[in-house]
Amino acid sequence: MATPKPQELFASINHRPPKKDWMDVPVEIKPGRYCYAANPKSLEAVGMPHARQWNPLDDDWKLPENWKEIIIQGIRERLEKFRSFKVFMDICVRCGACADKCHYFIGSGDPKNMPVLRAELLRSIYRGEFTKAGKILGRFAGARKLTPEVIKEWWYYFFQCSECRRCSVFCPYGIDTAEITILGRELLNLLGLNIDWIATPVANCYRTGNHLGIQPHAFKDMIDFFCDDIEEITGIRPEPSFNKKGADILFITPSGDVFADPGTYTCMGYLMLFHYLKEEYGLEVTWSTYASEGGNFGFFTSHEMMKRLNAKMYLEAKRLGVKWILGGECGHMWRVIHQYMATMQQDMVGDLDFLEEPVSPITGTKFENAKATKMVHIVEFTADLIKHGKLKLDKSRNDNLIMTFHDSCNPSRGMGFHEEPRYIIKNTCNHFYDMPENTIREQTFCCGGGAGLNAGENEELRMMGGLPRANAVKYVHEKYGVNMLGCICAIDRAVLPNSMNYWVPGVQVTGLHELVGNALVLPGEQERETNLRGEPLPGKEDI
Amino acid sequence: MKAIYSLFLVFALVLVALLGAGAGGMHYLFGVIIPYVAVVLFVVGFVLRVIRWGKSPVPFRIPTTCGQEFSLPWIKQNKIDNPSTTWGVILRMFFEVVLFRSLFRNTKVELHDGPKLAYASNKWLWLFALLFHYSFLTIFLRHMRFFTEPVPGFFQMLDSIDGMLQIGAPTLYLTDVVIVVAVTYLFMRRVVNPQVRYVSLPADYFPLFLILGIVLSGIFMRYFIKTDIVAVKELTMGLVTFNPKVPEGVGTIFYIHVFLVSVLLIYFPLSKLMHMGGVFLSPTRNLANNSRMKTHVNPWNYPVKIHTYEAYEDEFRERMVEAGLPVEKPLEQPVENKE
Repeated sequence: MATPKPQELFASINHRPPKKDWMDVPVEIKPGRYCYAANPKSLEAVGMPHARQWNPLDDDWKLPENWKEIIIQGIRERLEKFRSFKVFMDICVRCGACADKCHYFIGSGDPKNMPVLRAELLRSIYRGEFTKAGKILGRFAGARKLTPEVIKEWWYYFFQCSECRRCSVFCPYGIDTAEITILGRELLNLLGLNIDWIATPVANCYRTGNHLGIQPHAFKDMIDFFCDDIEEITGIRPEPSFNKKGADILFITPSGDVFADPGTYTCMGYLMLFHYLKEEYGLEVTWSTYASEGGNFGFFTSHEMMKRLNAKMYLEAKRLGVKWILGGECGHMWRVIHQYMATMQQDMVGDLDFLEEPVSPITGTKFENAKATKMVHIVEFTADLIKHGKLKLDKSRNDNLIMTFHDSCNPSRGMGFHEEPRYIIKNTCNHFYDMPENTIREQTFCCGGGAGLNAGENEELRMMGGLPRANAVKYVHEKYGVNMLGCICAIDRAVLPNSMNYWVPGVQVTGLHELVGNALVLPGEQERETNLRGEPLPGKEDI
Repeated sequence: MKAIYSLFLVFALVLVALLGAGAGGMHYLFGVIIPYVAVVLFVVGFVLRVIRWGKSPVPFRIPTTCGQEFSLPWIKQNKIDNPSTTWGVILRMFFEVVLFRSLFRNTKVELHDGPKLAYASNKWLWLFALLFHYSFLTIFLRHMRFFTEPVPGFFQMLDSIDGMLQIGAPTLYLTDVVIVVAVTYLFMRRVVNPQVRYVSLPADYFPLFLILGIVLSGIFMRYFIKTDIVAVKELTMGLVTFNPKVPEGVGTIFYIHVFLVSVLLIYFPLSKLMHMGGVFLSPTRNLANNSRMKTHVNPWNYPVKIHTYEAYEDEFRERMVEAGLPVEKPLEQPVENKE
């Protein structure tokens, strides 16, 4: 099914819900808005239950015979494990403050994408099965019965939530639909109901270390290829090390940066920065082929799967004997590292004393905010280097760029990472304009493909979800001529180029270390003619 | 329809009190027994619910961060919306509970041809929610003059501030007017706003009508159908001193008022009204954003199956050696001979 043209898609958005009560509107699974069912092989590879071939468009989803017990038991266990789940099930007053905050609701008008209603899909079952009022009063108390149709509705809408948490910012009680979606997806996974764009990356991460299934030799080849390009542009060839014991720092980035444009240019930026730091200050950074994925697709599956995939980061740091870990530009990877990693991994690696409290060996800055997890964000690391004047930068090489910045959801609402990226942009570019305030920082919009929804088959959904972000970019594009959208998330770099092309042609997407790579003056480099994309530098167009 | 069901339910409750206490004359049941039962159920229910929440651990720190985190020394932290210390959390919770800070941020999205989206500030819900809650609180505290003897100065002061316009006799309370307007707004919003109407349940309309019923019966009692205030105070003082007696001269309207309040108390712990307690326990708001700084413990943490480095190297050793990547165990045979 072809995605409609932007004007058509926009014209089709209707924010008026239907007359009928939502409980009486059966789920209709629309092509273009869902991702294909998980490949059973991928589920089996990581030992997930009830792997089978099934099709969301079929009537029969081949649910296991005792599916109802599994779900009820699953809800019960999670209520006991997560206070958030219990409280969020009980206290919503349906004030509707979240309703028009979700990018999928804004772009699709589908009322079940209002965060409150997405949560009610699960809450109605909770009331019916776990509360006295719901059992006695039934629908009057907002309760309903658990049927296979409910499971279909859950699957369809929990995989139309990118877990961006924007709704949570506006909720007077901080109810976080991402948390509800995470738990809802866990429940679905108990029945073997995942989507393939999550299940297969999970299996790949588990086996090869990264979501694309790149094997160690190929991983090295790909990075060598970037070194060729860098050599061609600058005359300098970085010599990155891999799996090197005794290196100072282990670097882990989302493997999207190693695989797909424009992330690859960001990756070249990392390589150039590390080369510079090695030449100028003797800092040794190593890459790992085993822990070669920063992005954690387990996060989109279950807490347990998140932990299983995350374990590699510390285990590898321990094996290699590095001082601390540096993480690349990624969204949900950073929510996992920031909010979950240390807590999750205690029984896998014990206390983290095998790592040192992170200190920049170049500036002497102590990263106080990372002293427990011992993992530093490359953007804060680089911002600190720039602040201390440790990098030689030629901003004018980015003069062709009129920048704006997309705060990636997870670092923004799960960390509070706002100033560091802007500092880097302002120090590597001369032209920077922020988007309107209701669309940036903690109020930022999702790219439309977060939380494992960046598949090809759900393009319509991604364009709908991408509308609010694109619309804000369009504003600065028209007002200031913005032609480049910076971001610090690999999913953004994968999703936003399409969405920009669709809604705001003329705006491209970049990671911040691509800007750094362009501006960085490497010791002994030749005069550069092009930027990392092979486009002529400003002033060199005629050559 | 949902609203009408709820409205009829409240009418039915009024009728119960009207027939029971009014026509039936069961004053002791409506004036003493039901209020006692309601208070006990409210307290026990409330406490049990909070304990039930408290029993579930908070395994991970998941604060929603609104503003800059604690970071490099030259970057200014937003200490309230992104607290890294307990003091910061206390401030954040204070503003949340006392001023509804999150609701203050509310915006409204508008679609325009262009195509264009626009966001407008939308503070009406914040304003009326605040008015509603504060007038409710004031009215509640004002009522303490019925349950104390002598009446402490604070309650007397509140009473005179609330009645400072001195309109009519008895003096018109500001909060009586405000709460009627606020509840009406909250109800109209549910009916008029199509999105809010779509998500509303009978359980959302019922407490609004119930509270409106309580307020209106109170207003009627005070301004229109006068009831013997001395007798009422005798009754309420009897209740709080556990020496209950039902004096003569207390009008039926009083029993209706008290019955509706009793229903509210009983309904409270079973319903969404528990947001009053839950707002303090919300893990996205009441935790410091310091999980990279401090290690926290998950009480149910358990070991999981992972793909170890050894297993990884065993699978890929040959290709790793070929590519010049370091390995822990050398190949049994050199690569060239393997072909």
